[in-house]
Amino acid sequence: MSAPGRALSASLATCHTCALLMRLPPRTHALGCPRCGHPVHARKQNSLRRTWALVAAGAILYVPANLLPIMSVTHLGSGRTDTIMSGVMHLLHTGMWPLALIVFVASVFVPLAKLLALVLLLVSVQRGWTWRPVQRTRLYRLTEMVGRWSMVDIYVVTILAALVNAGALARVEPRPGAVFFGLVVVLTMLAAESFDPRLIWDRLGARRG
Amino acid sequence: MIAHPVRRVACPDCDLLLTLPPVPAGGSARCPRCDARLSRAPHRSIERTSALALAGLLLFVVANAFPFLTLDIQGRQTEATLFEGVRTLWTQDMPFLSVLVLATIIVAPLLHLSLLLYLLLPLGWGRRPPGGPRLFALLHHIRPWSMAEVFMLGVLVSMTKLADLADIFPGIALWAFSLLILVIAATLSTLDEEVVWARLAPRFEPTKARG
Repeated sequence: MSAPGRALSASLATCHTCALLMRLPPRTHALGCPRCGHPVHARKQNSLRRTWALVAAGAILYVPANLLPIMSVTHLGSGRTDTIMSGVMHLLHTGMWPLALIVFVASVFVPLAKLLALVLLLVSVQRGWTWRPVQRTRLYRLTEMVGRWSMVDIYVVTILAALVNAGALARVEPRPGAVFFGLVVVLTMLAAESFDPRLIWDRLGARRG
Repeated sequence: MIAHPVRRVACPDCDLLLTLPPVPAGGSARCPRCDARLSRAPHRSIERTSALALAGLLLFVVANAFPFLTLDIQGRQTEATLFEGVRTLWTQDMPFLSVLVLATIIVAPLLHLSLLLYLLLPLGWGRRPPGGPRLFALLHHIRPWSMAEVFMLGVLVSMTKLADLADIFPGIALWAFSLLILVIAATLSTLDEEVVWARLAPRFEPTKARG
């Protein structure tokens, strides 16, 4: 089977922003989209290097995001300080296991799974794997979609701080873990955005000749 | 007899070159190779989406003007609006978190809805709004950062965490915010980006070939 027609082989490029298909003259790496004005490249620029850098930064910050406390609550003289995981355990012990599960998935599992999925995609493209391109493209789309749900803990800190501190009985303070956590969410979202799934298919075409 | 113009597109996810026949109203088209969604043609997209955007803006005002939760600790009531959450983080020396929350639950949803209204209302009357293509492109980049639905899950978790500390009452803003999430999701499913692009910049459309 010969490789099906790629836009790249026909010197055509799609605008990432408005999806207009246009002719990319030979030896041109970039031009401005005539319709929406955004820069157009046949493939996202430096996709692999940028994605690796963002994934590495996200993975490094994932450690303090999980080890450092994200907030502390002081109530009638006694206080407790929560990391993400101890917050999940607290929910579990108070019998709120469905919520504990949701927070665990959103805050612990999703960022880690997202980083691992991106590493898998990056390695698969760099090694020129031809294995299951449809599933890998689906994995990419899933990765792009779920990252936002990790913001939930940031919002919890915001809501608790606003509500509780308005009264005088208790105090809620966000802690540095929350900042690292917010950075992880932003970096992994940018990493997913900078990966170009068409690279998965480019390697496939090259193998088939 | 008029032959419908076929559009040449490349799949955004796998770069497969395709000629796309017109998608019937209410239908959608997917890439035959990688299953990416290529096109969708909701009924009366521009009218429905602008009506939803207007409703969304009204809900947005209510959601921000009123307290979203009221806390009752032994008879003493405290309440907070969305913006107070942002301000509290700022005063607690967390500027990054404060800006992140402000951007994702206030600025991005507001821009999403007001850009839709600004673009689609004139298009519905057959006029082209100034700066249309630039602003519609901007809308495309704002969308992933609008996280109202994630915030709602945060509200749910907060309510259970506070349950052993105080009595909690949902405020008007919380109901408005819940509806706002549904409306924002609806604007995403009724928006036909190709129709908007075709009306904003008609010179890029394939010409109708007569056969």
